[in-house]
Amino acid sequence: MSTRTALVLLEPTGGALSEVSAESLTFARHAAAEVHALVVGADASTLAEEAGRLGATVVHGAAATSGDAFSAYAPAAWAAAVVAAVEASGATLVLAAGTPRGNEVLAHVACRLGVAMAANVVQVDGDDGGSMVVSRQVLGGTALEEMRLTDRVALLTVAGHACEIEPAAAPAAAEVRPLDVALDPRDLVVRVVETVAGEPDASGALKSAKVVVGAGRGVGSADGFKEITDLADLLGGAVGVSRVVTSLGWRPHHEQVGQTGSRISPDVYIPCGISGAIQHWAGCSSAKTILAINTDAEAPMVTKAHYAVIGDLHEVVPAINEELRRRRG
Amino acid sequence: MDVLVCIKRVPDTGGAITLTDDGMGVDSRLLGHTVSPHEEAAVELAVQTAKATGGSATVLTVGTDDSIEQLRNAVALGCTSPVLVEVEPDRLGPADVAGMIADVVRRHEERGTSYGLVLLGNDAADTGDFQVGVRLAYELGRPVVTGVSRFEVDGEEVTARVESTDGTDVYRLPAPAVLTVMEGGVEPRYPSVPGRMKAKKAVVETVEPTHEPVGNGRVRLKLPPAPPTRVEILGEGASAAPAVVDLLEKLGVAR
Repeated sequence: MSTRTALVLLEPTGGALSEVSAESLTFARHAAAEVHALVVGADASTLAEEAGRLGATVVHGAAATSGDAFSAYAPAAWAAAVVAAVEASGATLVLAAGTPRGNEVLAHVACRLGVAMAANVVQVDGDDGGSMVVSRQVLGGTALEEMRLTDRVALLTVAGHACEIEPAAAPAAAEVRPLDVALDPRDLVVRVVETVAGEPDASGALKSAKVVVGAGRGVGSADGFKEITDLADLLGGAVGVSRVVTSLGWRPHHEQVGQTGSRISPDVYIPCGISGAIQHWAGCSSAKTILAINTDAEAPMVTKAHYAVIGDLHEVVPAINEELRRRRG
Repeated sequence: MDVLVCIKRVPDTGGAITLTDDGMGVDSRLLGHTVSPHEEAAVELAVQTAKATGGSATVLTVGTDDSIEQLRNAVALGCTSPVLVEVEPDRLGPADVAGMIADVVRRHEERGTSYGLVLLGNDAADTGDFQVGVRLAYELGRPVVTGVSRFEVDGEEVTARVESTDGTDVYRLPAPAVLTVMEGGVEPRYPSVPGRMKAKKAVVETVEPTHEPVGNGRVRLKLPPAPPTRVEILGEGASAAPAVVDLLEKLGVAR
């Protein structure tokens, strides 16, 4: 059993604990003897109960010693808060979610502490208190790297869905402790000055859909989506695509499912022509039932699915659409 | 404004990969090589910025001389003065790479070229460290924004845009600065014929690394275990459609 104290940087959304932060807390509990959490730019007291349920004993609420420096996201200032919390808690393990901000802030912390950082960790393989070996995603998630962290403080970000969110065995509200953070003016040079709202609810329909029809490289071109969107319409669902589809410009980014897109948890997910790279799997593995349509019976998406049809989506999907229309009369 | 853009030669893996016998790397003998989509976007932004500001877009990589292929590709797209920090990259960690890039930035500054912006990809497609840009910024004492999809330069002020789940976060920061680029904001161009000619003739500046690497802590690579398959095959081709619709009805989603 580890004797470490872990510090988890939370990323609250709308005053509540986000899914990725809940995963980070669960992950930390498996990797450390005691877990503290840190909240920057939000009210720590509103998160204390939820953080406690997930095993945190202390929630540090960062406040700048002058002004409202934490009212807008500033990566270097966030990192200064993490460093202050490491000192206050005595943590020798610091975790954040493997999100853009989680990775960014911990990279700053790594520079400030002069230590290594492991990004997108999926598990801790071993820890003797001084040296820790972790497995983390490399090559876009197609391989794992075992990496040794030997510095006085081990920094890691937790890959999405690295663990199931689990409440602690003996949950209790965490103690809230104010944390004074002295900032240097340079810490606020890079700061969000404005957030321009995206297209209203662009990915909302996808995230809340009961049925998602997925499409990958196998569709072949931007013009090949007619039958896919028809199937989604017939089932009252939404279209979700793999990263290659958005990077080729076939479909807009807000339809992307995966680690760098939306995470979906529909009742039924129907991936068509998607091979199922881990990057994509991270976004769709919470679907209750997966029905894969693919020419390759060995594709990861097929072997991980509950049901599959082996065949060309350009033949299978129109046949399904026709059958649906026929039965509907 | 003079811009330095940093790229990395990585195996073009696509699907399945094979590891080397010692498990320390990817067996890339049968693979092509490329740069990541983030870096393609960074090269495009570097070329656009150089053109808009009357400056230059210098391209740099850290790697073996095989990486000259990727440098020349960037020159074909409009970069100039390719720089190779020649070193075996497998044993380098992110702090090593950042230190080597910083050395080049400082050396070029002594020679009279001051980079107003250094651009990198948000993360390398192979090692996925998510930190070289930030480490470089600390080495150089410059501000940094990560995950930038678009930016504009107005004199010495840079306005950078980062796409987030809430919309677009806008940052304003003074140059010189470091930006790491996320794909999606610009469409990378294709090389022109004159570009390809230039690329062939471009002289690559090769520099030796100046310090011993601290390394990356790699113990070994491994492939994730395949989960036990539980899949029920409903059929092959179009003839499976009735079985599919039966299933959709059973699951209550075929209305």
